[in-house]
Amino acid sequence: MKHFKNFFAFWYDFIIGDDWTVAAGVAVALAVTYAVARTSVSAWWIVPSAVAVIFPWSLWRAVRKS
Amino acid sequence: MNAGALFLAVFLACAVEAVEATTIVLAAGTARDWRSALIGVGAGLAVLAGVVAALGPALTAVPLRDLRLFVGALLLVFGLQWLRKAVLRASGHKALHDEDKIFREQLAAAREADSKQVGIVADWYAFTLSFKGVVLEGLEVAFIALTFGSNQHDVALAAVAAVAAVLVVVAVGIAVRAPLARVPENTMKFVVGVMLISFGTFWGAEGAGARWPGSDAALLVLVPVIAAFGLTLVAFAKTRDTAKTLSTDRATTASSPGTAV
Repeated sequence: MKHFKNFFAFWYDFIIGDDWTVAAGVAVALAVTYAVARTSVSAWWIVPSAVAVIFPWSLWRAVRKS
Repeated sequence: MNAGALFLAVFLACAVEAVEATTIVLAAGTARDWRSALIGVGAGLAVLAGVVAALGPALTAVPLRDLRLFVGALLLVFGLQWLRKAVLRASGHKALHDEDKIFREQLAAAREADSKQVGIVADWYAFTLSFKGVVLEGLEVAFIALTFGSNQHDVALAAVAAVAAVLVVVAVGIAVRAPLARVPENTMKFVVGVMLISFGTFWGAEGAGARWPGSDAALLVLVPVIAAFGLTLVAFAKTRDTAKTLSTDRATTASSPGTAV
C-alpha cells in the first residue's frame, strides 16, 4: 500500500505539479475546444485565451504564497 | 521553424536538467566515491533509455490527432509550470537556482552518510545519489524529447538534441570541475517554458479539432506573443513586489515616527 501511495504521489507531482488548477484549467480548455470544434464556430482561440487566464491566476496564487 | 524549434526546446530543457544532475553527481563523486557515482550515472541513463525505447514506438503507433491532444495537454501543463517558476525567479519571488549552494548542501549530507558495499558498488550512497539525480532530472526531459519528437515525426532529432546537450554540459563540467553556477538556468527555463506552452497550445487545440488560421504559421505568432506575455508578467510581478515593499516601509515609518529621517 505504501509503495502504491509513493508511486501515485510521484506521478501526481511529476504531471500535476504544485498547482492542480493549471492541469484542471488545461483539461477544461481542451474539452471546450473539442465541443466547440464540432459546431460551425471557430475553436482555435479557446486554448490561447485559457492560457491568458490560467497562467496569471497560477502566478498570482504562487506570489500570494511566497 | 518546427525542426529548429524542436532542437532548441529539447536542447535547452535537457541542458537545464543536465546542469542540475551534474551538481548532484559532482557532490556524490567528490564527497564519496567516483566509481560508485559513475555507475549510478550509467544505471540512471540506462533507465531513461529504457523509458524512451519502450514509449517511443508506442507513441508513434497512436493516431496523430489523438497524440496531439494528449501531447498538447502534457506540454501545456509542463510549460506553464516551467514558465511560472522562471517568472517567479526573474521577479524575485523565488530564489534563483544556486548550484554552488546546492553543491555545498549535497556535499555536507554526503559526507555524513554511512557507507555500505552492495555487489560491485563500493559505496551505495554515492550510487543512489547519482542514480536518483540522473533519473529524476532526466525523466521530464525524456518525456519532452519523446512527445516533441513523435509529434514532429522526428524522434531521432530530439534524441540528438538531448544527447548533444548532455555532452556539452558534461564536457564543461569536466573542464571546470565545479558546479556550473554561471549557466543562465533561469533564462533557459523561460525559453523552454515559452516553447512548451506555444507548441502545447498549437497541438492541443489541433488535436481537439480546432483549425489554426494560417496552419503551422500560427506558431510564428504564438511563440513571440507568449514570450511577450511572460516578460510582461515578470515586470508586473516586480512592480507588485516593489509596491508591497514601499507600503510596508510606509507603514513601519508611520508606526515609529522617531525613526524617520
